[in-house]
Amino acid sequence: MKLNSLTKKNFGKKVQVLKILDSTFSNKLIELGFITGQTLEVVFSAPFGDPIAIELNGSVLSLRLEEAATIEVKCINTF
Amino acid sequence: MKIALFGNPNTGKSSVFNLLTGLRQHIGNFAGITVEKKSGSFQIDNQQHQLIDFPGVYSIYPRSKDEEVVYKVVSNSKHPDFPDLAMIVVDASNLERNLLLFTQIYDLKIPIVLVLNMWDLAQKRGINIEIEQLQSYFPSISIVTTNARIGLGKDRLIQAIKNHLLIAASNLIVEDFKLCELENKKKQEEETQFRYQFIKKIIAEIENVEKTKTDTLSRKIDKILIHPIFGYLIFSAVLFVIFQFIFSFASIPMDLIDGQTTNFSNFIANQLPDGLLNDLICQGVIPGIGGVIIFVPQIALLFLFISILEESGYLSRVVFIMDRLMRPFGLNGKSVVPLISSVACAIPGVMATRTISDWKERLITILVAPLMSCSARIPVYTLLIALVIPNQTVLGIFNLQGIVLFGLYFLGLISALFIAIILNLLIKKKEKGFLLLELPSYKMPRWPNVGINVLEKVKIFVIDAGKIILSISIILWALATFGPSGKMENAEKYVRANPSFSRLPEEEQNQKVAAARLESSYIGIFGKAIEPAIRPLGYDWKIGISLITSFAAREVFVGSLATIYAVQDDGDENLRLIDRLKAEKNNKNEPIFTLASGVSLMIFYVFAMQCMATLAVVKRETNSWKWPLIQVAFMGFMAYFGALFTFTILS
Repeated sequence: MKLNSLTKKNFGKKVQVLKILDSTFSNKLIELGFITGQTLEVVFSAPFGDPIAIELNGSVLSLRLEEAATIEVKCINTF
Repeated sequence: MKIALFGNPNTGKSSVFNLLTGLRQHIGNFAGITVEKKSGSFQIDNQQHQLIDFPGVYSIYPRSKDEEVVYKVVSNSKHPDFPDLAMIVVDASNLERNLLLFTQIYDLKIPIVLVLNMWDLAQKRGINIEIEQLQSYFPSISIVTTNARIGLGKDRLIQAIKNHLLIAASNLIVEDFKLCELENKKKQEEETQFRYQFIKKIIAEIENVEKTKTDTLSRKIDKILIHPIFGYLIFSAVLFVIFQFIFSFASIPMDLIDGQTTNFSNFIANQLPDGLLNDLICQGVIPGIGGVIIFVPQIALLFLFISILEESGYLSRVVFIMDRLMRPFGLNGKSVVPLISSVACAIPGVMATRTISDWKERLITILVAPLMSCSARIPVYTLLIALVIPNQTVLGIFNLQGIVLFGLYFLGLISALFIAIILNLLIKKKEKGFLLLELPSYKMPRWPNVGINVLEKVKIFVIDAGKIILSISIILWALATFGPSGKMENAEKYVRANPSFSRLPEEEQNQKVAAARLESSYIGIFGKAIEPAIRPLGYDWKIGISLITSFAAREVFVGSLATIYAVQDDGDENLRLIDRLKAEKNNKNEPIFTLASGVSLMIFYVFAMQCMATLAVVKRETNSWKWPLIQVAFMGFMAYFGALFTFTILS
């Protein structure tokens, strides 16, 4: 198990949220469903690699890389 | 009964609103805040109900200016818009996130009709929701399934409203629930996490998903529309089509409106007895109203396209691919639409910044939007280009006049981005901006929604900007009609006393008199007063008068010149005016309108904030006079020194 913040390195992999780091928008991330234990997948990114699009519960949300960096995740399909 | 409509963005909330109220909609402001309030009425069994549409939010805790209204209304039961019943629209295919807002409002003990919208989509994706189970968790609410986009479920909505017992919830999710203060983000986080735990628990019981929830078709479309090359190419093509439509098709109704205003004004002038009232109506009020209505075709067309793009889901992809490019300028992906709208008119552009949640990014967008070349500059540019730029071909295929026009547009865009960079360095802020945007599934636009949206935007423009344009038009009329006592009469007498005067045809006599009167009116005096300041730019007091009058709106410049130079308005071509201006000489017998002074004027109009209506909208949107005044100042500075530089170089 590897600790990591959410970036496009996780492209195409399913990851699980461990923790949301404190920021001015952490409450908004949580409201959108980024809560501990939630599984996510980075599905695609914008040209230039930023922002990235994340599938959460069947809907797609877009986050800037600096926003995504406040989300700590672990990979769940490690095979 | 007062019914409030709440829901997340992209849940089809506006479809539900339109379904219930049809065209009986009214736009106003929420008490005490400048957020648009869309309300509508409908009847059930002779009972009148009022439906208020709130901005789409994920939570009652706001993340942008216009979202605050939800918190302000639900947190205060004495608020004039506090509802008797809340109708909460949720996307049935994404129940988990949608239920957060529902549980918050539920805990506030507001009676609720829960609308499970997009029912068909949920079923298509294999999501089954046990409604009885859901009901057993929340016994006091009514639950309705709808598919509002295609108009399904109206009867069920009406039944639910009619039969609602308006009882408040007793089994709260958060016991003794008190709203967190807006600043207390930590406590909000705890509350939200607690709610999600509860929601996850009930979702596990009421929902079962047969297959994957992923929308594979949207994913395939995204592969193309977000592609690093095709994505931008397609966006450019879309923009090109939009502008092609706006500029080629809007001119037909605009010419018609222009002509009809003049005809109507002449008609009324002949009907009413001569005098001040006649002048006020025919030279102040009617042209003022005409000056508002003339922008309607462009604004309607622009918002037609924007609504289609928004409804289809494409617009959020535009934000997605443009965000990274806009950020170095201190802007946001969401700044793209306001800036593009400003090419038609800065007023809807500034209004469209409300979706930008970050205050600094929003402010910069507002401040630079009027630098984009709006359509009111076109008449000024075309007159000046026809006047001083030769109509010749360069490099074999390009028309020189066309190149200059393009250059002026380009200069506007470049300066908007440049100023944005500077403002980004100057404006301090405490918090980092964020984007957090949903990319909804692609859908076919619903035409009734598009139509209603266009109608709304036009209404806002006509009413908001209209009030200001009309009043300025009347003030300018008064300044041009009155002067210090006796001066105007003397000027008229002087002109009439000229021995050659009586030999002129009547039309020319009238024009000569009008020009003489204007020269000695208050506006004429102002124009002469500023002459020393504008002489270095290559202008005389006559241009000075036109600069002052066109502070109301840029296109007024052309009409003012026509009046000052005593030329009869001959419609679009301005041929007579151009001939007259070409012949104009200063006291050293040099022409006034040279390449240098003409281009200097064009540069002036690229930069100057010559639009009272935009000023008023910026004041409203930033809630103070500070920003609009700063905007006038820096744009005026750029205009003056830009024009000075141009004139000095070229002459």
